[in-house]
Amino acid sequence: MAIKPSIIFLTGYRIYVVAFFVFLAAPLVGAGMFAFNDSMFPSLPWRGFTMDWFFNDTEPKLGMFHDRRLMRGLYYSFVIASCVSMLSVFVGTCNAFLFVRYKFPAKDFLYIVMVVPLVIPGVILGISILLVASTIANGAAATLSLELDFLRPGIVLVVLGQFSFITTITSLVVIARLKKFDVSLEEAAFNLGASRVRVLRTITLPFLFPAMAAAGIVAFLVSFENFNTTLFLVGSEAPLTITMYDRMVKVGSTPVLNAVSFFLMVGSALLALVSVLVQRSKPLT
Amino acid sequence: MQKDIKRLSFLLLFAPFALWITLLIILPHLGMLHISLREKVAPRVYEFGFGNYLNFFNEPIYWNTLLRTGSMSLLVTLLALILGFPIAYYIAKIAGRRARGALFLMCLIPLWVSDLIRAFGWILLMRETGVISNTLQWAGVINAPIEFLYNDATVIMGLVYTTILFMIVPLVSTLDGMDDAMIEAGYNLGGNGPTVLRRIIIPYAMPGIVSGCIVVFMLTAGSYLTPILLGGKNSSWFTEQIYDQFITRYNWEAGAAFGFVLLAFTSLVIWGGLKLTGQTLNTTVARS
Repeated sequence: MAIKPSIIFLTGYRIYVVAFFVFLAAPLVGAGMFAFNDSMFPSLPWRGFTMDWFFNDTEPKLGMFHDRRLMRGLYYSFVIASCVSMLSVFVGTCNAFLFVRYKFPAKDFLYIVMVVPLVIPGVILGISILLVASTIANGAAATLSLELDFLRPGIVLVVLGQFSFITTITSLVVIARLKKFDVSLEEAAFNLGASRVRVLRTITLPFLFPAMAAAGIVAFLVSFENFNTTLFLVGSEAPLTITMYDRMVKVGSTPVLNAVSFFLMVGSALLALVSVLVQRSKPLT
Repeated sequence: MQKDIKRLSFLLLFAPFALWITLLIILPHLGMLHISLREKVAPRVYEFGFGNYLNFFNEPIYWNTLLRTGSMSLLVTLLALILGFPIAYYIAKIAGRRARGALFLMCLIPLWVSDLIRAFGWILLMRETGVISNTLQWAGVINAPIEFLYNDATVIMGLVYTTILFMIVPLVSTLDGMDDAMIEAGYNLGGNGPTVLRRIIIPYAMPGIVSGCIVVFMLTAGSYLTPILLGGKNSSWFTEQIYDQFITRYNWEAGAAFGFVLLAFTSLVIWGGLKLTGQTLNTTVARS
């Protein structure tokens, strides 16, 4: 910078930045720390270090890996997040090609339409999808006596509800990458006699792959942690966030919830790290 | 031949987009609009009418909750901007090359932790038997446990915490694209710190500011977990009313109307913000 700010100002500024990061870390430390406290309650005083809340297999200190309901929640979360991630990356990639490569009427307007799901409150997305799905299912049951179970609250609706706004995120990520693609690479391959499919498979998709992988990871994480949209669409197969919320509100918190929190934090941090590494890596072309 | 292929591939690419938007966004919202516009006159008998909306306006507790949610969300947005801007500026302009990436990543880590866990963490820190109360007692600052939860200040703090990252990320990416020479020029022409900030940096960062504000406002007004868990029974957040109508009272017509009121309200505020700052969705949130 041309003008060095005064030392006092800069020191004050640095202190503020440090304080901010302490603020960011505080609840995460709070949630994670008590997973290792050898006590029945997630609060001080500290009664010594334990791994029981992860691995112990007997009540009352049932560890998370032996808690059937939590493990089932984790499994459903995983299934839902995987489906959402694959679907939204597929549609997001299609959208990227559509908006970067083609000219069509009302393109600018449709681009805004594509972004809108991100600005709709998650609660609204959840209830609107619930309403329409239930109306259709009720109608089919009444007039055709057809039981459309997948339109009742359950995994399918949760996947659809999360997919409806996560696709915007994946689209934006893949679009950003596709815009940087040098079209002359494809033209060169065409001139050398390659077919469309082959060009796509050997040139364009490898270039896009880092963005697709990163978008997939982001989609997975956003799905895993989603609560607002899921709350309305959930059936008997509750994902982990819903299970945890139920337990917090109905049973009260024991350190097993801290153990789950710690587990999820470490998991997301690792996945986020992978997504950063993937995006940084050079494409194969 | 070539043209046909182009056409076919266009249609194939357009189909997923059209299905997604039509079936999952437009159709549900039309359905919700339809349900919100019908009144129950007898069991299983409905009439078209605006009764559900009239109900909303006739019952002060409903629109008071909406106004409260709206004004608190604006306050949260403002706080997130004021607190987040210096951080974004530090990351983009002051921190060294290596520190920059690390700080940015540190900003992102809480982003990937569920709302629920963050709120849970705050509860453990701030409740009557929580860490802060205990520490203050141990230090002798207070004599009896203090309950920090269940008040507006805590709800606002929690909401700023959950949303501030969505302010910082777009700000960093706009400020990052700003040439340092512009700031230097401002100083060379005789501007002091505040003038340079007001006349050069803020106008340049405007798309990022607006983008961050839209996302933060929308997330706050539509949030459910943080106000409920940190605010308890007296948080009276509007999403809670919607949930209540839907799940507790099973009154889908009123719930749908409330949903639309929230949607219209947030859209109106976002539209007003865009008009006021002369930006569009394309230059802000949709920028890629």
